[in-house]
Amino acid sequence: MAFKDYIRERFFPHIWCPGCGHGMVLKGMLKAVEKLGIDKNNIVMVSGIGCSARITGYVDFHTLHTIHGRALAFATGVKISRPELCLIVPMGDGDALAIGGNHFIHACRRNIDITAVIMNNRIYGMTGGQYSPLSGIGKYASTAPYSTIENKFDIVKLAETAGASFVARTTTYHIREMIDILCMAISNKGFSVVEIFSQCPTYFGRKNELKTPTDMLNYFKDNTTPIGSKVKEANPELIERGVFINSSMPEYCEEYDKIVAKAKKNTEV
Amino acid sequence: MKRNVKFVQGNEACVEGALYAGLDFFAGYPITPSTEIAEHLSERLPIKGGKFIQMEDEIASMCAIIGASLTGKKVMTATSGPGFSLKQEALGYAIMAEIPCVIVNVQRGGPSTGNPTHVSQGDVNQARWGSHGDYAIVVMTASTIQDVFEVTIRAFNIAETYRTPVILLFDEIIGHMREKLILPEPGEIPLVERMRTSVKSGVDYHPYLPREDGRLPMSDFGGKHRYNVTGLFHDMWGFPSTKPEIVHGLLRHLNDKIINYAESICMYKEFELEDAEIIFISYGASARTVLHTVKNRRKAGEKVGFIELQTLWPFPYNIIRRKCANARHVIVVEMNMGQLTRTVKNAVEDHRKVFLMNRIDGLLITVSDIRNILRMLQGKGV
Amino acid sequence: MERCRIVFSGSGGQGVITASIILAHAAVIFDNLEAVQSQSYGPEARGGATRSDVIISESQIYFPKVIQPNILISLTQEAYNKFAPIIRPGGILISDRRFVTTGRYVDAVQKSFPMFETVMADIGNPIVFNICMLGVLIELTKIVREESVIKTLENNIPKKFIDINKKALFLGIDLAKE
Repeated sequence: MAFKDYIRERFFPHIWCPGCGHGMVLKGMLKAVEKLGIDKNNIVMVSGIGCSARITGYVDFHTLHTIHGRALAFATGVKISRPELCLIVPMGDGDALAIGGNHFIHACRRNIDITAVIMNNRIYGMTGGQYSPLSGIGKYASTAPYSTIENKFDIVKLAETAGASFVARTTTYHIREMIDILCMAISNKGFSVVEIFSQCPTYFGRKNELKTPTDMLNYFKDNTTPIGSKVKEANPELIERGVFINSSMPEYCEEYDKIVAKAKKNTEV
Repeated sequence: MKRNVKFVQGNEACVEGALYAGLDFFAGYPITPSTEIAEHLSERLPIKGGKFIQMEDEIASMCAIIGASLTGKKVMTATSGPGFSLKQEALGYAIMAEIPCVIVNVQRGGPSTGNPTHVSQGDVNQARWGSHGDYAIVVMTASTIQDVFEVTIRAFNIAETYRTPVILLFDEIIGHMREKLILPEPGEIPLVERMRTSVKSGVDYHPYLPREDGRLPMSDFGGKHRYNVTGLFHDMWGFPSTKPEIVHGLLRHLNDKIINYAESICMYKEFELEDAEIIFISYGASARTVLHTVKNRRKAGEKVGFIELQTLWPFPYNIIRRKCANARHVIVVEMNMGQLTRTVKNAVEDHRKVFLMNRIDGLLITVSDIRNILRMLQGKGV
Repeated sequence: MERCRIVFSGSGGQGVITASIILAHAAVIFDNLEAVQSQSYGPEARGGATRSDVIISESQIYFPKVIQPNILISLTQEAYNKFAPIIRPGGILISDRRFVTTGRYVDAVQKSFPMFETVMADIGNPIVFNICMLGVLIELTKIVREESVIKTLENNIPKKFIDINKKALFLGIDLAKE
């Protein structure tokens, strides 16, 4: 099946700005699904609110476009009810880690078999370029006209500490790597977190001297490096890409099945 | 037929009702005075192969049941005051996306943290208007343990029939009180199951195109039809739209599908209304005090009657107008600042004959409270 | 049978609420009576004066709370002091001799029993103090049948504890007979 068969052409054109990275993530996700050969009927994509969340409307899966920050909670309900379904949750950085931060860490902790794809563009795009918990210090945004003073989260470290069994980082510049990582994430039996740097030239780039999409993609190329590379030793500022955690841990739905068996056994006695 | 008699709390009767109705999935968060519902379901649901999860907060619980409902399951969450406030946004989502689900709010004193272990009926209007935007919703309540059981089953039936969230608005007294519950045999009370679409696989399915009667047959997530569900105004495919005719049509549908069926949705009980000069209207725990008083006053020959509301919303305007037409006084007894009294005033022809009799100190309205009001209206003094 | 309104009071952990539920359960399930039980919630259930209301009747019960009990059980001084004034004139007030010193100005039949001491002497486990009190109550008032309480205990208590509970119940019944 061609990856184009996974989209709902009826609802195009999409709403994203020219040069936005989210379309690249969309294609990467569909390529990964195609590569894995998952039946469209077995995929449920759940999203919250924001530019990234609009992905669900364009894909020919069971799609649930929910409320701001709560996509993982909705996805948890779907997954527990039908554990055989493949759950993919695309989120923006504000959606996942500001308003949805609590649901995010608890989904990691439960290690429930859901793949969370965080499209990190370091800004609230839909509402017009306000700073996010991923903007970092010294950035400009429509609510930070004098620059930001807040530290940013490290999504990888946060997910790792909270207990996710698969944690990776990539960028829209590294599209092949992105597809490979997404394949691994979706295949992992447990909670998978994939952080993808995605460019927002309209707001983040324009306010932070990365005016064109090309500038932003070059920024991803020049400022990241594969995990454990020699270049990192010379340039400790470089952000590492790749798979940080890929471990086998008890998965929530499988553990709950054991509880069901235990409960049934207890009542038989 | 051998009857299964139990002696249980209201919260447990709610659990029994939900299980009888076919509950498959519950998500909740601990909060007084509703916690026993979660506790009992954590034990009972896995036995029947159902799923229970304690989520990270009240919001997540509400979201999780919506997700589960979309896979074709019967779902419920339970909470109290502050938790009910937290659920409001996701509740609005369930209304917009037309997701069948049951939300229990065992009311406690408020606002804010309020009076967690004491009774109040202060969420009556929040249950109706709590989420933003224009919508209609079904809110039901009960005053006995048997009624808690039966109303809970009915809540599930209404949720499935009208594809809507239904709120069970109990109170601390009813939730915690123990009383007799007679469990009917399976099949004795009819159950409404999910209406699924008959549209075949591969044929264009319109998940949000209502039939003439307003009903929307569903397709389970994971099933043969793949469609979009959103909290945005949406077209017949569930795809976001801002077209004025689509926005108008959907908003009308969301309201009409409940309001137009108010008479068949509404449940109430009436006592001694025929010649009643004074009619009481009440619901929940305070209805017990009123019934006690009315029974006693009737024995003493006083012309008093009583309407116990079991459906608070949609409000049975026509029924109340009709039943109260000949009464000299209508006394609404509730444990709040008159939340339903205002609505009763709108329902009757002469609003001046409607009085509020309330108590807002966390204690149940007593028989002497009501008797004193009655005597004053009768010109007898307390 | 006349409508019986009972207030059980004591301190958290003494099992007064459990005892009240067992009584009401026995009345409804085995004696075909109507009963309503409600209790005070909050920190007092874990220490402080705790209270449980039970109404038992042959006819339907609407108002579920007890305003004036015709039977009051107080297992601590604090509970006695707090609730003795609400007893219906001529009612029965049951207290424990070790924990409660009864006052003279109570318009009720006051009955004080060495329940705790008897339980400790004969069983040695304070956990069944409440069931001994229940034995006293049903023997004095005959609101529910002895066998109904026994059946309730058998249906609701883990097997290994049934014997000491029954023993405590009979200790209470014997105390009341004396």
